[in-house]
Amino acid sequence: MNQATPMIEVTNLDKYYGAFHALKNIDLTVHQGEKVVICGPSGSGKSTLIRCFNGLEWHNSGRLVIDGIEVYDGAKEIRELRQEVGMVFQQFNLFPHLTVLENLTIGPMKVRGISKAQAEETARNYLERVHIPEQADKYPAQLSGGQQQRVAIARSLCMETRIMLFDEPTSALDPEMINEVLDVMVELADTGMTMVVVTHEMGFARKVADTMVFMEAGQIVEVSPPEQFFTNPSSERCRLFLDQILAH
Amino acid sequence: MSDLGISRPKGQPLPKPPFFKRFFDSTLISVGIYAVIVGLIAYVAYTGAQGMGYNWQWYRVPQFLYRNTEVGFEWGEIPIGLVATIKLSVTAFILAMVIGLLVALLRLSDLVIGSAVAVGFLELIRNIPLLVLLYLFYYVLGPIFGFDRYTASILTLAVFHSALISEIFRAGINAVPTGQWEAAKSIGMSPSQTYRYIILPQSVRFMLPPMTGEVVHLIKSSAIVSVIAVAELTTFGRNIISDTYMSFEIWFTIALVYLVVTLILSIGVSHLEKKYAVDQ
Repeated sequence: MNQATPMIEVTNLDKYYGAFHALKNIDLTVHQGEKVVICGPSGSGKSTLIRCFNGLEWHNSGRLVIDGIEVYDGAKEIRELRQEVGMVFQQFNLFPHLTVLENLTIGPMKVRGISKAQAEETARNYLERVHIPEQADKYPAQLSGGQQQRVAIARSLCMETRIMLFDEPTSALDPEMINEVLDVMVELADTGMTMVVVTHEMGFARKVADTMVFMEAGQIVEVSPPEQFFTNPSSERCRLFLDQILAH
Repeated sequence: MSDLGISRPKGQPLPKPPFFKRFFDSTLISVGIYAVIVGLIAYVAYTGAQGMGYNWQWYRVPQFLYRNTEVGFEWGEIPIGLVATIKLSVTAFILAMVIGLLVALLRLSDLVIGSAVAVGFLELIRNIPLLVLLYLFYYVLGPIFGFDRYTASILTLAVFHSALISEIFRAGINAVPTGQWEAAKSIGMSPSQTYRYIILPQSVRFMLPPMTGEVVHLIKSSAIVSVIAVAELTTFGRNIISDTYMSFEIWFTIALVYLVVTLILSIGVSHLEKKYAVDQ
């Protein structure tokens, strides 16, 4: 793992929705192979921030450089960038009219122009990695939430992504399915993938995070390694938040 | 938990609905009422015709369906007219789908001018009567651009129905959740790839029922081109009547032919809908 290469560089980033100041003066650097977990109360801008990382939202000022590509509205390289940056959504967003295998191969085939045979081979490999090779020919609606989310992870991986973004990947899941998704994410972290995860799963955060980020009201309040973050956070707001979510 | 302000002993059956509700909700009664109404209409038509001394000549109708002449079997005017109507409708519908999809995509595009053009087109077409539109195409645009009455009627039907079809496309496209757009974007698809592989295939099941209604509507409104004497079912009906004066028999027959065609279409599509529903 080369900690010196920055994969995501955010400098002075601001984002507005009309008059609402959604992200305020964000500075953040994520290095290659680093696992960053972002937490904070709802509406604090966590999702908005990572949605900026693959151009689902556009920032209004500041700089955002991802894997050497400057991201801004109208950037020509944005489609190439999205192929490098995978995104896993809270609501899975699998394509319901395609089988699991087709969900996994449509991106590589149509976007990267890879042959069907090769795309299917890759897809089956990744389904193996997320532990559901037997579900390849089913439709998403026939799978449980946890299985669907693992398919969604595999779909991103099939694009041979270099960065994976997770937007509350377990928030829409029934409690008994959360662990199967988190296990896959831990295994993915062990392969050295660069990951930015928005989640409230603090057990997962302790296990994999290199860096913890706490956001509130559109600002980054605290950036620290997990040992310090969980035992002795520097800001009072972060301490209160952790007390609330770790209380029970 | 148990006390919701309803005082009813446990385990007792629910009270029966009032007699009148049960009476009118039963299928048998509904069918009965329906039969009585249809019977009344038929009776009024029949006695009305009798009253004006109409001479029914149903035996003369079959010759307009088919004939066995010395050269052999040949189709009558009505089936030939039906085929012409179907040809006209199919051509107009395909063209209407193309225009409708373009207008819908324009309207959904981020371009301000695109949606302005689309809205202008929709309001213009929706607020002109079909008959006036037909006259515009035949008497005004026809001579200017040099197309014949057949082309004028296809263009009229296509343009008129494209306005409604574009709204069906728009509603169908909007019915696909935004998460699908985001997922397609996040694997690097372009907008046109997203439409083609992700959005449109999913909108089909939202669009099928209203689109069937629109085909039925188009087949019916194609009858209007008989006013500029384009050869199709209604025109043939008019021609037969001017030769035979059997207006009651022929109009009943023509109406029945339209009814049969549109019913077959509706039933076929409802099977298709079930098929699409299973895949989801």
